[in-house]
Amino acid sequence: MFAHGAMDFFYFIIFHGFAFTVVAGLLSTWVDRKVSARIQWRVGPPWYQPFADVIKLMGKESIIPEGANRVSFLIAPFLGFTAVILVSTIVWMANIFPGASFVGDLIVVIYLLYLPAIALIVAGSASRNPFGALGASREMNLMLAYEAALLFAVFTVVVKNGGIISLGGILGYQAVHGAMLLQGASCIIAFVVTLLCMPAKLGIVPFDIAEAETELIAGPYTEYSGVTLAIFKLTKAMLLFTLPIFMLTLFAKTVWTPWTILWYALILVFIILVKNVNPRFRIDQALRLFWLPVLGLSLLGIILAAVGL
Amino acid sequence: MRTTIPIGPYHPLLEEPELFRVVVEGEKIVDIDWRTSWNHRSIEKLAESKTYDQVIFLVERVCGICSTSHPIAFCNAVEDLANIEIPERARYIRSIVAELERIHSHLLWFGLAGHYIGYHTVWMWAWRYRELVCNLFEQISGNRQSYAMMKIGGTRQDIKEEDYSRILKTMDELEPKVNMFIGAVLDDPVLLARLKGVGKLSKEDAIKWCTVGPVARSAGIDVDIRRDYPYAAYDRVDWKVIVQEDGDVLAMAVVRLLEILESIKIIRQCVEKMPQGPIAVEVPEIPPGEGIGVEEAPRGECFHYVRSDGTNCPARLKIRAPSYVNIPCFRSRFIGERVADIIIILASVDPCYCCTNRMMRIDDGTGERTLTEKDLLKLSWEKTERIKNKFKGCSRSKLLE
Repeated sequence: MFAHGAMDFFYFIIFHGFAFTVVAGLLSTWVDRKVSARIQWRVGPPWYQPFADVIKLMGKESIIPEGANRVSFLIAPFLGFTAVILVSTIVWMANIFPGASFVGDLIVVIYLLYLPAIALIVAGSASRNPFGALGASREMNLMLAYEAALLFAVFTVVVKNGGIISLGGILGYQAVHGAMLLQGASCIIAFVVTLLCMPAKLGIVPFDIAEAETELIAGPYTEYSGVTLAIFKLTKAMLLFTLPIFMLTLFAKTVWTPWTILWYALILVFIILVKNVNPRFRIDQALRLFWLPVLGLSLLGIILAAVGL
Repeated sequence: MRTTIPIGPYHPLLEEPELFRVVVEGEKIVDIDWRTSWNHRSIEKLAESKTYDQVIFLVERVCGICSTSHPIAFCNAVEDLANIEIPERARYIRSIVAELERIHSHLLWFGLAGHYIGYHTVWMWAWRYRELVCNLFEQISGNRQSYAMMKIGGTRQDIKEEDYSRILKTMDELEPKVNMFIGAVLDDPVLLARLKGVGKLSKEDAIKWCTVGPVARSAGIDVDIRRDYPYAAYDRVDWKVIVQEDGDVLAMAVVRLLEILESIKIIRQCVEKMPQGPIAVEVPEIPPGEGIGVEEAPRGECFHYVRSDGTNCPARLKIRAPSYVNIPCFRSRFIGERVADIIIILASVDPCYCCTNRMMRIDDGTGERTLTEKDLLKLSWEKTERIKNKFKGCSRSKLLE
């Protein structure tokens, strides 16, 4: 029993949840950097650059600023990191063994996805730096802005498929009825909303408001260095991979076929394009954007799903 | 709750040391204070120990970007002092070099403005096209920056006939790109949202704070040294002063972009009309007296005052660089704006902090006192000691308070 459990632990959490996601996430950040560089007429880094960055950071000294809350300051990066590992574990487990997923894991994933943002808020507040504090308050505002729309978009899927709230269940439903994306207008709207929220959740331009380098140096990350900064970088890289995969699990049943890579690449290209053709939003503009048009769109989606479209 | 955000002296935004203390309530700015002179080089004092020809190279290094505006202003001042009439061809060459510098400076600013609001594609694209101008400079003068083209009584180097076609070709290449940038600024809704109505400078404030150059022109003040006090060949070609009414960051961007088009126009005409002849006249002994030289640098009016006592070194050189005049207008533009807009408003005057460094001596009423080299060294040591003591067992955040 114990051996079996250990195997599961290794297979899901260490291998899929962590190792695979880290590699895929760092490669995704490389694709992001390389494509952005080509768009901007630069050469761009070699493929191993993100790995080298993280490894180098691991060997650097971690400095805790004087006057900072040591415990929160050190726990914050690992809080987000653990949450992302758990999310990718649950998502992969549902994809590999749809039967192994438990009822309500969709809700768990949504809650766990809050944690990286909360970790950032904790980090910014704990580091006792005016830039960190401002970054934390901006992250909080941003979270309030996009989370409602994202939540309604995810629940459009639940309404549409008749109340299945486990990822395995949703995958099973899609295996029978076809991808959620093809189920009607409501799901297409929900998918568009998630696409719009994704750069905000990932903290990428135009929504890198919390860590805007020219305004706040690095926002909540300002005081971080060494291992703790590396953990933050890894969290971000893993999210760049896990979040689109989670969305694909919800909206397109094609996970685990070569189409997955294509789908994922499309989403990545979308994120990169948005990043490269937009300046950074101001926080109040982002709030207005998410609370009026995007939230309206996602409400429309859920209403359409309720009436069966 | 009030928080003070220090922007500088070391900040990823600005390459040069300066400190803006921005007092904010939440995201709203309630006060701003400016400290400068972290890197004083005492150029005016140095100039007194150098010959007139050497001073040109010295003032060329006042600012890396306006590296031909200061020499032209200085030459204008000395030529005013000694009543030297420069040859026609030198006038045209001066205009071409100054306008090329304006193009590269404005493109550099446009790219940086993109970077400041997180628009890295604009940054890289603008700098890519700036490269064309830099390469052109390399062909004309041998240097991409600090061209060393100016000389009292004319220019140091000629622009060769075979370079004309390259200049015209580069202008043809550049014009559609600049038009593309103008289109991109005026059409992009997100850019408009970030720039329009931000950091507004009213016409009254622009006059009150004595702003010059593109900053004044964006606030509806029709002022341009090139037209008002013509030097070089500006009164011999056809061009117009760009004036916008709004005074916000968008207007400042538009003024600069449209000025690039005017510069292209001026350069084309100068190349076509370029007369043959000598590029410099023989300079007589500089007589005792005073001279004033002005030049429209990319950032605004660049003013040089020279006093001569009849020796081969200036007795006094006074430089008033445009950034020093433009930066104080921040006080009227910042209050009430948001933290996210600090950067783009700071950037909107195209600040050049190396032009703003001043040495100040406050007389405490105990009588006249001149600081010698020894005194200055002592001051510097004392300051280092003070900073060391301050650092002892002190955190960074405390230091910034």
